[in-house]
Amino acid sequence: MPEVDVRLDRVTKDFGETVAVDDVSLDIPEGEFFSLLGPSGCGKTTTLRMIGGFEEPTRGTIYLKGRDVTDLPPYKRDVNTVFQSYALFPHLNVYENIAFGLRRRKVPKDEIDQRVKEVMKLVDLVGFEKRRPSQMSGGQQQRVALARALVNRPKVLLLDEPLGALDLKLRKQMQLELKRIQSEVGITFIYVTHDQEEAMTMSDRLAVMRAGKIEQIGPPEEVYENPQTEFVASFLGASNLLEGELKESANGVATVLAIGGTVVHLPAERAPFRVGTRVKVGVRPEKVHIAVDDGTEPPPGFNSVTGILRMSTYIGVSHQYKVEGPGGHTLTVWVQNLGDTPPPHPGDRVRLAWRWEHTFAVLPQEGLVLEEEE
Amino acid sequence: MATGTEERVSAAPARRGAYARHRRTVPYWLTAPAGLYLLVFLVLPMVILVYTSLQSGGLFGGLRFSWAWENYTDGILQYKTQFLRSIVISGIVTVACLLLAYPMTYWIAFYGQRWKSSILLLILVPFFVSFVIRTVQWRFMLGDNGLIFGPLKSLGLLPQGFRVLATPFAVVAGITYNYLPFTALPLYVALERIDKSLVEAAKDLYASKWQAFRRVVWPLSLPGVFAAFLLTFVPATGDYVNAAVLGGPGTRMIGNIIQETFLHSVNYPLAAALSVVLMVAMLILASIYARVLGTEDETLTAAI
Repeated sequence: MPEVDVRLDRVTKDFGETVAVDDVSLDIPEGEFFSLLGPSGCGKTTTLRMIGGFEEPTRGTIYLKGRDVTDLPPYKRDVNTVFQSYALFPHLNVYENIAFGLRRRKVPKDEIDQRVKEVMKLVDLVGFEKRRPSQMSGGQQQRVALARALVNRPKVLLLDEPLGALDLKLRKQMQLELKRIQSEVGITFIYVTHDQEEAMTMSDRLAVMRAGKIEQIGPPEEVYENPQTEFVASFLGASNLLEGELKESANGVATVLAIGGTVVHLPAERAPFRVGTRVKVGVRPEKVHIAVDDGTEPPPGFNSVTGILRMSTYIGVSHQYKVEGPGGHTLTVWVQNLGDTPPPHPGDRVRLAWRWEHTFAVLPQEGLVLEEEE
Repeated sequence: MATGTEERVSAAPARRGAYARHRRTVPYWLTAPAGLYLLVFLVLPMVILVYTSLQSGGLFGGLRFSWAWENYTDGILQYKTQFLRSIVISGIVTVACLLLAYPMTYWIAFYGQRWKSSILLLILVPFFVSFVIRTVQWRFMLGDNGLIFGPLKSLGLLPQGFRVLATPFAVVAGITYNYLPFTALPLYVALERIDKSLVEAAKDLYASKWQAFRRVVWPLSLPGVFAAFLLTFVPATGDYVNAAVLGGPGTRMIGNIIQETFLHSVNYPLAAALSVVLMVAMLILASIYARVLGTEDETLTAAI
């Protein structure tokens, strides 16, 4: 078990009447790439800023390597931040930007020089020493910001939506770059983002936040495959959710009667609720098989509904279907474009089928407003 | 936009030529009103000023142009004390203004939050009352037996002979008060423009509050300090109202001399020569200052 690097113990942050972070507890082990994921205003940046020392928690304690740092100013913490807007010093060239932290710590001149050169090599910026930040592209500025933080060899690196300002292609490239750098330097990264794909590709573990609280925390696969709340199911990827009621839970199988009369089975441990509870059962769009309905029942171990195919979108790598299911629910299905079966057409009566173990159940949450995923 | 014009090329070359020619002249038309204004009211008077400064003769015999350089040599020799005094007083004033305005505007820019504009307006409020009236008010306040010193003297807290009026201190204080907004506004603009996350970044990189100021805020505010210096120092040197109202015979500044020479002695050539000397001196001082402080490299050295 690696040492815990960062621990948040029941941390709360109020801004006047609004609670930005609400009783958050968190353990991040050494060397982990940890992401805080959530929509804007969910408290992820405030959480990061508290770890960095830019905000003081209203209640609760923050530990770095077991030491209580709650009241320490940023410059006394062994933590460095890559800011969202980079916050590079415009009056200093790249070399001096990177050397800033070392100079403040009175590191000997030749050591500064050696460490700056080393880190510039790490982020692939050799030759840019004399440039001003304003003379560099967004991606290069991003690297300077990264180098400026890493050169101090912090125990933890905080990254506040560092790729937000870059275009898609550059962002993908920098994601890989960040992963490479993290594995090379081996320090803990805490990464704030609202981009679920980014969080999934990069993180060892991630925490999905909403309204100041952590909704779920775990490795990306676990959070994705088994979302614990309706919010997580809809925010992290897309989900088909059917409202219903838990009717039975026996022999390891839970049974939900969904609105429209559909019976859905799932592993009992995925629906740890009392019989009679109103739940939403869900399945990810890519887990669903679709075929023109010819009356054949799906094999055992599959849930199945029938519906009318309303819309078919050709994406190239896949087809996306919108199916009007029982009770008027719209279900989304993504099918990889294997090209071996003719795709169904809008208006066709289709049968959707998915495995029991790909089904999950969550409690309905009030007031969830989610933008439609593309 | 460029492609739009080029598409038009093939279609109607003649029209495009007219269009392009028109576009090229637009900047000139936009600057024409101001340019004309400055030509008539700045350049022309300057020419007349220099022309007058080289004239000789008197009011009764008539003035004539005679390359009278002696107006310059005489003026400088006769009034070098006042020239020097003006520069020293103005220098002290400028330093005092910067020392007063910098912390104040720093506070407004960094901690003013939603009150920023209201506080800034307060700095400008004195401008709603005439400059001369405000200065005359000071005369009442600082009078030997005036509002402040009168009671203090009758209480025996100050000796009877104590005075502020007609001392260099009164003049410096008056000019400082009157020019403070000219210092404050450019400083505020420069400080306001500084990205506050840079301060956070500095603190993140182990800079204490003071170091964050010294290494980031201060160097980035230098252009504002430079502008504030020029906007205060140059007009303060030529100021004559404060010396006239608050000063005494020993505090006369070159502005007073020029005014008297023009209006009382009616020696136009000498007054014009003195004005030109003052102007040139200011230009030289300002460019020396620009060399020393105004360059980007200086900003860099201040930061490291």
